Amino acid sequence: MKIAVIGTGIVGSLIAREFTKYKVEVEMFEKLPDVGWGVTKANSGILHAGYDDEPHTLRAKYCARGNEMYTTLSKELDFKIKRVGSLVVAFNDKEVKTIEELLERGRKNGVKDLKILSKIEALEVEPNLSREIIAALYSPNAGVIAPWEVAQAAVENALDNGAKLHLSTEVESILEENGKYRLNTSNGIFSFDVVVNAAGLWADELAESAGVKVTPLHPRRGQYILLDRSDLVKTVLFPTPSKAGKGTLVIPTVHDTTLLGPTSEDLTPSEKNSTETTVEGLSEVIKKAQKLVPMVNLSKAIRTFAGLRPENDIKDFVIKREKNMIHIVATRSPGLTAAPALAKDVVEDLAEKLNLRTNGEFRPKRKAIPRIADMNERDKEKLINQDPSYGRIVCRCNKVTEGEIVEAIRRGARTLDGIKFRTTAMFGRCQGSFCTVKIMNIMRRELGNDFEDIVKNLPKSNIVDGVVR
Amino acid sequence: MKKLSYDVVILGGGAAGMGAIKGVLSQNASVLLIEREPSTGGVLNQCIHNGFGLQVFKKELTGPEYHEMYLETVEPFDAMYETTVLDVNFENSVLKAINAAGIYEIKYGALVLTTGARERPFEALRIPGSRPSGIFTAGLAQHFVNLENHLPGRRAVIIGSGDIGLIMARRLTLEGVEVEGVYEIMPYQGGLTRNVVQCLKDFNIPLHLSTSVVKIHGRERLEGVTVANFSDGNPVSGTERFVKCDTLVASVGLIPENDLVDKNIETSNDGGAVVDELMRTSVDNVFAAGNNVCIHDLVDFVTIEGETAGKNAARVAKGQKIPKREGFFKKGKGIRVLSVHYTTATVPFKMYVRVEHPMNMAMLKMNDTKLKVVLNAKPSEMIEIMLDPTKYNLKGEIVISATEVKK
Ligand SMILES: Cc1cc2nc3c(=O)[nH]c(=O)nc-3n(C[C@H](O)[C@H](O)[C@H](O)COP(=O)(O)OP(=O)(O)OC[C@H]3O[C@@H](n4cnc5c(N)ncnc54)[C@H](O)[C@@H]3O)c2cc1C
Ligand SMILES: Cc1cc2nc3c(=O)[nH]c(=O)nc-3n(C[C@H](O)[C@H](O)[C@H](O)COP(=O)(O)OP(=O)(O)OC[C@H]3O[C@@H](n4cnc5c(N)ncnc54)[C@H](O)[C@@H]3O)c2cc1C
Repeated sequence: MKIAVIGTGIVGSLIAREFTKYKVEVEMFEKLPDVGWGVTKANSGILHAGYDDEPHTLRAKYCARGNEMYTTLSKELDFKIKRVGSLVVAFNDKEVKTIEELLERGRKNGVKDLKILSKIEALEVEPNLSREIIAALYSPNAGVIAPWEVAQAAVENALDNGAKLHLSTEVESILEENGKYRLNTSNGIFSFDVVVNAAGLWADELAESAGVKVTPLHPRRGQYILLDRSDLVKTVLFPTPSKAGKGTLVIPTVHDTTLLGPTSEDLTPSEKNSTETTVEGLSEVIKKAQKLVPMVNLSKAIRTFAGLRPENDIKDFVIKREKNMIHIVATRSPGLTAAPALAKDVVEDLAEKLNLRTNGEFRPKRKAIPRIADMNERDKEKLINQDPSYGRIVCRCNKVTEGEIVEAIRRGARTLDGIKFRTTAMFGRCQGSFCTVKIMNIMRRELGNDFEDIVKNLPKSNIVDGVVR
Repeated sequence: MKKLSYDVVILGGGAAGMGAIKGVLSQNASVLLIEREPSTGGVLNQCIHNGFGLQVFKKELTGPEYHEMYLETVEPFDAMYETTVLDVNFENSVLKAINAAGIYEIKYGALVLTTGARERPFEALRIPGSRPSGIFTAGLAQHFVNLENHLPGRRAVIIGSGDIGLIMARRLTLEGVEVEGVYEIMPYQGGLTRNVVQCLKDFNIPLHLSTSVVKIHGRERLEGVTVANFSDGNPVSGTERFVKCDTLVASVGLIPENDLVDKNIETSNDGGAVVDELMRTSVDNVFAAGNNVCIHDLVDFVTIEGETAGKNAARVAKGQKIPKREGFFKKGKGIRVLSVHYTTATVPFKMYVRVEHPMNMAMLKMNDTKLKVVLNAKPSEMIEIMLDPTKYNLKGEIVISATEVKK
């Protein structure tokens, strides 16, 4: 049985891995040059507790369960989660009412350990919070992750279990032919028994190409400002949600930096690549973040970016099955949190219907790239003894070593962003101004390519152009 | 873990670090240099233009020539290269370092911080638009051209008119890159006048004052920027124009590098280590010199500061008493940067200041005492003030100010 998974975001990557638990042939298709570079790359990275989602939605069904599943998943796939907890803060009586409703809703959704804190209690949890707040909803279970790391880990593990990966391969259309599915791609034609469409922002168009009607998607942009490492906040801070969504947050990331954002701007369906930031968007982020935490200091800004939520009119995920074809559409927030539960349901459901046999040789574990900066002295010395390149720091901001960069290349990084999103080199306060050249020299040595062939991410994003005469 | 012990450990082997080595050796103390690159020199190695050494060697040298000439005057010393310091324990005077041979624990009698500066990255400016390749700090562009023999692109816009930006405008032009212009958000240049003349005027590169980039275009490689006029730090609407370019070189400021130590030693609001004229920091056996104290225009002063720091560090390491701080300098009106911040009021010394904005005739004062008049004072040009404790009262709080005087 041949199964195609289209898209290597958090959803596609976890589905592909889930399929390798059965005796099937899995092939992943990704139009970008690396995994996890779609919606999964630019978002808030929060494992939501699950009190936001109205009961009876798929969001509610999968969010709290997905959140719980992350604990095991992070052990199997060796990625970092920080269970930092979250506070939804209320500034007036009306907002207090809303957070009380959220508490109720959370209980209905099976969210554990929620409670409402007084102003003083909230300020104890989070001393830099605005003094204007009057109460807050606290959840200890909210967490933060680096979402792309989960996608990388799931894909590595799927590959280790026999799956195949086609990068830079866009699926142009899906056609049903004699009970099989033909994928027309930018790299030729492929035939499969089962197709899962997890193409994020493009899942609607891909479904359409297969003659399946789904509610169309439009991007909803979220802009962010990333601040340098500090202990500004310890928990994820939310304003009280409104119709427009969860609002603009202050987020302590897994990398100990602070993320401010997102905005919520509805774009047209033709703007699925419009990840630009704008003056208005960035000033809105600043204003709203400073309302939550007045001492937010913009001189600490490292960079700005924006992500696009795949939104539909019904504001919920859509899982549409047509024979052996499954379309997963509108993976809006809380798509990251929901993904493990959603992937499991989708695959188990299909496995049952198709009578798939389990794969007794499935290996659930994947090891992360060793990280010198996170090790104790003994382990550092041991690793350096085995491989001296782990003693050579290349990225000074995040203390990433040459050994880590070589390992990232070994695992498939072919671009500067590929290395950045696997090692956090070039991710810190200098944004690569010191280490880019060193990393390019390592790439040249390991991959045998010229400086001019090295790109930031997409094919035309070369770094240098020509040589000095 | 390997254990080592030295009288003085020096962190960073740029111009300041080399000066410090010489200072320590002059006192017959043992010294270890820790440098993360494969050799000494720091930023000098990539500055292949002229303009170094007029004070120390009375000659105009390139960066690498200055490095070499100075190194010849330094006796042999112990050094660990390609070694990074991971943390410093100030209480016990030990630091941990890492290199390809493992982890080291190094005990010091005194420590000298000569870690230099880093560039503010373009990304920190929060300029909206896309995030393509083709955006460089000036130092990175300089590294590509001067050390790797590669061009960053074909048509460049430079933002920031500090010295590094100006030097890169000329360097890129000489290598056949079309430099469309240099854009400066302030109403005055950021670099030395000699650099504006030698790097821009001589090559007909336009300098656009009160102008900066407001938007980035291009999804893969940079395709252009929108620039606009600025007034009081804000873009003037209606003045936006598109400039086609594939390269943006940002020279938007240097930040003293004190990440490793700024939780433990006092730093000023611009990030520099706060020192007295003996180059001692707020921790008694820790000294600092060079760009991590205050961004210098001229390497000569960096070297001299390093020598002072090394000499006094060695004295402290050998148990000699050095005088305590008596006076404290504060920035007054018209002063942007000031170093040193403290004085022991025992020996004459030099203080460096930068004015807040250009002044035709600036009167520099210490409290109410007139110190000197500077013609054509600019923030880009550091002003030296000699302070002699036998001539002035240098105890207590001292406010340094600069005001425009009418002729
Ligand atoms: C601003 C913002 C904030 C968010 N915050 C959170 C949060 O805090 N917590 C949370 O739980 N969720 C959050 N989300 C939602 C979450 O990020 C998404 O639900 C999730 O990343 C979607 O993953 P995906 O795999 O469906 O999509 P993607 O990651 O986009 O994966 C789809 C992949 O398919 C590829 N692809 C598309 N078309 C084709 C094709 N034709 N052929 C081949 N490949 C194709 C794409 O390149 C892409 O890599 C946020 C989203 C945004 C935008
Ligand atoms: C582009 C440019 C042009 C210039 N042009 C001129 C000119 O024309 N004439 C002139 O006189 N002056 C010029 N200057 C100024 C002068 O050269 C510099 O101010 C001076 O060289 C700085 O010396 P430094 O030792 O303070 O810093 P750096 O040279 O930056 O040295 C710091 C050293 O410390 C090392 N280091 C830092 N942190 C660590 C750590 N944790 N562990 C180990 N090692 C570490 C670094 O690798 C580096 O080698 C120029 C400066 C620049 C940047």
